[in-house]
Amino acid sequence: MNENLLIQLSALNIVLPLFGFILLIFFGKKIYKSHVYEIITIFTGLVLSSIIAFFKLTYYESQTLIFEFRWIDFGNIPFIGNAGINLGIQLDNVSAIMQLTVYIVSFLVHLFSIKYMEGDPRYSRYFAYLGFFTFSMLGIVLTHNFLMMYIFWELVGVSSYLLIGFWFEKKSASDAAKKAFIVNRIGDVGFFLGILILYTNYHTFTFSEIFNQISQGNLPFNSGEWLTAAGILIFCGAIGKSAQFPLHVWLPDAMEGPTPVSALIHAATMVAAGVYLVARIFVMLTADAMLVIASIGAITAFISATIAITQTDIKRVLAYSTVSQLGYMIMSLGVGAYFFAFLHLITHAFFKAGLFLGSGSVIHAMHHEQDIRFMGGLRRKLPITYYTFLTYTLAIAGIPLTSGFLSKDGILGGTLAFANLTGYWIFPLVGFFVAMLTAFYMFRLVILTFHGEPRDVHKFEHAHESPKTMLIPLVSLAILSIFIFFSPNPFNIEAGWFYKWVKTPSTIVPEELAFPFMINESIEKSQSFIHSEIYTEALHHAHSSAMVISLIMAGLGILLAFVIYQWRLISADNLATKLQPLYNFSLNKWYFDELYAKTAVAFTIGVSNLFAWFDQKVIDGIVNGTATITRWTSFTSGKFDNKVVDGLVNFTAYFTGFFGMIFRKFQTGKVQTYLVMVLTGLIILFFIFKSV
Amino acid sequence: MSVGLNHFLALSAILFSLGIYAVLTRKNAIQVLMGIELILNSANINFIAFARYGNFGFSGQIISLFVIILAAAEAAIALAIVLNIYKQFSTVNVDEIDGLKE
Repeated sequence: MNENLLIQLSALNIVLPLFGFILLIFFGKKIYKSHVYEIITIFTGLVLSSIIAFFKLTYYESQTLIFEFRWIDFGNIPFIGNAGINLGIQLDNVSAIMQLTVYIVSFLVHLFSIKYMEGDPRYSRYFAYLGFFTFSMLGIVLTHNFLMMYIFWELVGVSSYLLIGFWFEKKSASDAAKKAFIVNRIGDVGFFLGILILYTNYHTFTFSEIFNQISQGNLPFNSGEWLTAAGILIFCGAIGKSAQFPLHVWLPDAMEGPTPVSALIHAATMVAAGVYLVARIFVMLTADAMLVIASIGAITAFISATIAITQTDIKRVLAYSTVSQLGYMIMSLGVGAYFFAFLHLITHAFFKAGLFLGSGSVIHAMHHEQDIRFMGGLRRKLPITYYTFLTYTLAIAGIPLTSGFLSKDGILGGTLAFANLTGYWIFPLVGFFVAMLTAFYMFRLVILTFHGEPRDVHKFEHAHESPKTMLIPLVSLAILSIFIFFSPNPFNIEAGWFYKWVKTPSTIVPEELAFPFMINESIEKSQSFIHSEIYTEALHHAHSSAMVISLIMAGLGILLAFVIYQWRLISADNLATKLQPLYNFSLNKWYFDELYAKTAVAFTIGVSNLFAWFDQKVIDGIVNGTATITRWTSFTSGKFDNKVVDGLVNFTAYFTGFFGMIFRKFQTGKVQTYLVMVLTGLIILFFIFKSV
Repeated sequence: MSVGLNHFLALSAILFSLGIYAVLTRKNAIQVLMGIELILNSANINFIAFARYGNFGFSGQIISLFVIILAAAEAAIALAIVLNIYKQFSTVNVDEIDGLKE
């Protein structure tokens, strides 16, 4: 297995799901059980990506394999020089792992959907969209340049739009799809501007070339502020895609789509694309940009965790928990804990996909009831769903022996280390508080859904455990949520292979722009993937304290959930009445939707109305006026044509005709007549010339 | 009274007028041809009379001889045309042969 073959297989892996998509979208209804082919292609991709990941991580561990070709050559442009666009594939450890993750989750979601979506009139189209999404996501993961990233970024947005609005007959679903797409576009504008800043300066889209230029001290427009701006603008794309504050509003609404879609797109992969993007540009982030990113992440984590506490829709709770966890990842990148952000991205992908599929199983069992207030006691009816769901919940709460413990603990340690080095204590504070909230609302969800007595007896009686094809993904994801896949030591990730493979790159921005601890003193400043000593030291220091505090916080949250919802020592209703304003604030999602409806949406509609008025009155007036004038002119000119010009022509014709009538009398055809005329003429000529 | 040039000219004028009259008024194409012969002969008379009374040598007589030959040739051709016309239209009435009109 040489490098070329690896790259070629990766390229094949990107387009494999596209074949499935093309087959299903065009022939889906004609082929018997067409979705099977799609699942087979995804399975092939899964096998291939396992092979790729294995060989890449074992034999080419420290190499970055790049395949590129010139897509467009602009030639030699004055003042710029040779310009063009290169496309290509970059296979490094991060993308190899990410590609495998995408395929695993995608395959399990496909499997789950077979039964879940059974009987849907657009069954094959559903699978086609899933394939299309997988294709676009892999494009983001494996690209080596910003342009391709942006293109696939938008494709991911489109497939997300299609899948959220899959049941477009429902108004709420089509609205949610539009909302998701438009909100994403707002972020993407920033992303695009960021790319433009970089391209204007470096005339290339390729990551490695741009980073090389920056590491040589060649900054955009020779100013650090522009570099910061580029970083933050590109991060705007992540704000949209990863549902960060203030663009997080679309993700909870996106739960209108089918539940497996939520598992694949809005929990595991697409929303993680934003985190992946920030991880890709991590090396070029300045201190200011990192601070902004960390703040956005912290704010998001906090806001959505507080909202998740009071939601009653099972999927909405999970949606806000997703937003909150994404906030964690973003915050983690912002404080420099690159490795833990990526680890959390992967672990979260597994257990959050599991949570969503589990909720899908519950919803399926409850005949599309999503309100947890009508559930309860389902543990007895759905034992496998319950135990897998509990595993995921323990993972997201950060309980030892789960994968979530390793990653979450690392992130909290990262914030502690960051605070130690720079003095921003707000980040660990928020982090630990959110950890408690997470444990609390997740156990609230589990208790209300599975424990206690059934609150809707009728639906409870009819509930039934899901079929095997739905349980296999649940069990697989539950197994993948155990620590052993990431590290043999459940308390220390550094013992594991994951730590060996994913190295935090040291920053390449000039020293005066970066956090001092990010700069690697020990080696020549280049794109070497070794983290700075000081930060690693600080991480080691923070590790054990972070572990203890996070365990205490998670335990506290779980205890609180049990006290309130299981043993009912404190009445939840009483608490809600006592804290009425806070409760309402959380229940109404901090009034973000109302705020946006009043400001941004209202402003847009107002401006649109203004433009519509302008269009209707002024533009239409001008057009109509022009039409009237033209009509009048045409009418006049028509009259002139009819009367004067035609009159002249007709007159000529009449004139000619009249004389023709006269002269045709002479044309008798009789020779003798002509002869008479000749003689007459002769005689006349004779008399004329006689006198001369 | 001796016969002079004027008499010949008068005879020629009468003959010419008769010829013209025949050409213009006859319906039969052959009669028209005969009128043409009269016109030619009146011209001949003129030539010979001028040759006799003027000082031209024998030019007039020679031209007359040419005209007679011409007339013979013309008669032959014209009669051939008339024959063809008859074949075509089954008539030699010049009033009915007005195809030139078209």
